[in-house]
Amino acid sequence: MSASSNSPSVLYDAPGPRARVRNAVMAIVFGALLVVLIGWVVMLLDDAGHLTAAKWSPFVTDSRVWTTYLLPGLMTTLKAAFFAIVIALPLGAILGVARLSDHWWIRAPAGAIVEFFRAIPVLLLMLFANEAYAMFTDVARENRPLYAVVTGLVLYNASVLAEVVRAGILSLPRGQSDAAQAIGMRKNQTMRFVLLPQAVTAMLPALVTQLVVIVKDTALGGAVFGLYDLLRQTTLISANYGANIIASMTVVALIYIVLNFLLTSFASWLEGRIRRGKRGTGAVVATDPGELLELETPPKPAPDIRTSGTAGPIDPSGPTLSGEAGNQP
Amino acid sequence: MFEFLDFERYDLLGAFWTTVQLTFWSAIGSLIWGTVLAAMRVSPVPVMRAFGTVYVHLFRNIPLTLVIIACAQGLYMALRFSLGGDRPPEIYFRLAILGFIAYTATFVCEALRSGINTVPLGQAEAARALGLRFDQVLTLVVLPQAFRSVVAPLANVLIALTKNTTVAAAIGVAEAALLMKEMIENEAQLFLIAGIFAFGFILLTLPTGLLLGWVSKRVAVKR
Repeated sequence: MSASSNSPSVLYDAPGPRARVRNAVMAIVFGALLVVLIGWVVMLLDDAGHLTAAKWSPFVTDSRVWTTYLLPGLMTTLKAAFFAIVIALPLGAILGVARLSDHWWIRAPAGAIVEFFRAIPVLLLMLFANEAYAMFTDVARENRPLYAVVTGLVLYNASVLAEVVRAGILSLPRGQSDAAQAIGMRKNQTMRFVLLPQAVTAMLPALVTQLVVIVKDTALGGAVFGLYDLLRQTTLISANYGANIIASMTVVALIYIVLNFLLTSFASWLEGRIRRGKRGTGAVVATDPGELLELETPPKPAPDIRTSGTAGPIDPSGPTLSGEAGNQP
Repeated sequence: MFEFLDFERYDLLGAFWTTVQLTFWSAIGSLIWGTVLAAMRVSPVPVMRAFGTVYVHLFRNIPLTLVIIACAQGLYMALRFSLGGDRPPEIYFRLAILGFIAYTATFVCEALRSGINTVPLGQAEAARALGLRFDQVLTLVVLPQAFRSVVAPLANVLIALTKNTTVAAAIGVAEAALLMKEMIENEAQLFLIAGIFAFGFILLTLPTGLLLGWVSKRVAVKR
């Protein structure tokens, strides 16, 4: 791609004198708009008294904000997310393999379960689980929010992970199952010894990305069920440190952003490593389960637009349709 | 068996109508804002590119629940920012839509950018060879083709948005999830009520997926 080597993007030419002036004017106008917007927000915040040192300093000067509220909240969030993925993964694997079964009476119910739970908002599943625990079990009242949140997340994410597992198995080159058949393995053996182990590698990045979705969804527990997660701490801190709701929300949002950014970066790093890896087939499930949900016929080993000679990417840093970056909304 | 279905007491259709309205306005808003963000992210102006990148990375990594609650407690309660609404139910309804737009637009932006990447290099080069400026290349040649290739991913975003509108229950917008919460707390038929609401959402999301799947095949650029 010689075209893109001397210009930063194929969407515009290397700027000449007039384009440079135009770009500079745009930059200044846009920058000014941003400054005005930020200034307006700061003014509003200041008028409402949310920028005083007293509201922000506890996060730096008072370690109890962290030890009593933020860190335990973060731990609860991580605990819920951890339980959810650990329980959802085996269920998802079973459902995913079942959807690939040769027998329609296994394939059809598995497909119905997966489609059903994916079509329903996770909050509805949590509400249902919460009430079901209250009616039919003797789970202690204070444990119920965690149980409800984890159950809701498991029901939803098992279905999503089933699709990830299915895509992972189907992303492997056909030769793998052909070879296994050729040396006389049964279907069961092919799946257990050849396909599944490789599929696990292929789906690792998608799994980590799904963890981001799960971490974000745990916040529902704090808002609706009174789970003492990271989100809930904003209310508690605000009640104890002089109504600093803006400050505590900002800090909590930053913690979520850093946590999820780390997970996303880890996922892309894993994906790149597997794609380039010398061992294995290089098959990998794109880190965007949202894309997988669409495909009725699961994805072929991604026809990577980046490496094919006929069509080059317009924005080399951008995501491809196979979904290199990003998680589900 | 169905005596709990007291439409006088529980406004089932009204709740789902609120869900539809939330989805509709949020979808329109996030489509527009997401397209603007995508345009910024591929623009020749570095400030715009930086803004787009930072915005997408920030909002995509915050839980939607936090965004929605921040709209209610931060924007309205702390800053008295009401988006022109008079009374709390209306104000929360509008603020929830604002939150959904701010959050969902990041996914629209990323879907569009991946769509831009499916447009062959030669298209943009030919457009530049004709002497078109960046905005003309984008709006006349690249974006129309990009949109046609991302109907399916955008349909996924729309379906996810439909389901995500339930988060508005966290700030008391009277949509389906809030009504379900109220009903299962007051009535005994847990499975029936949950089934009705599940069916309602399947009714909303399934046709959307089928219709847009058909549209995506029809409008796809044959290459």
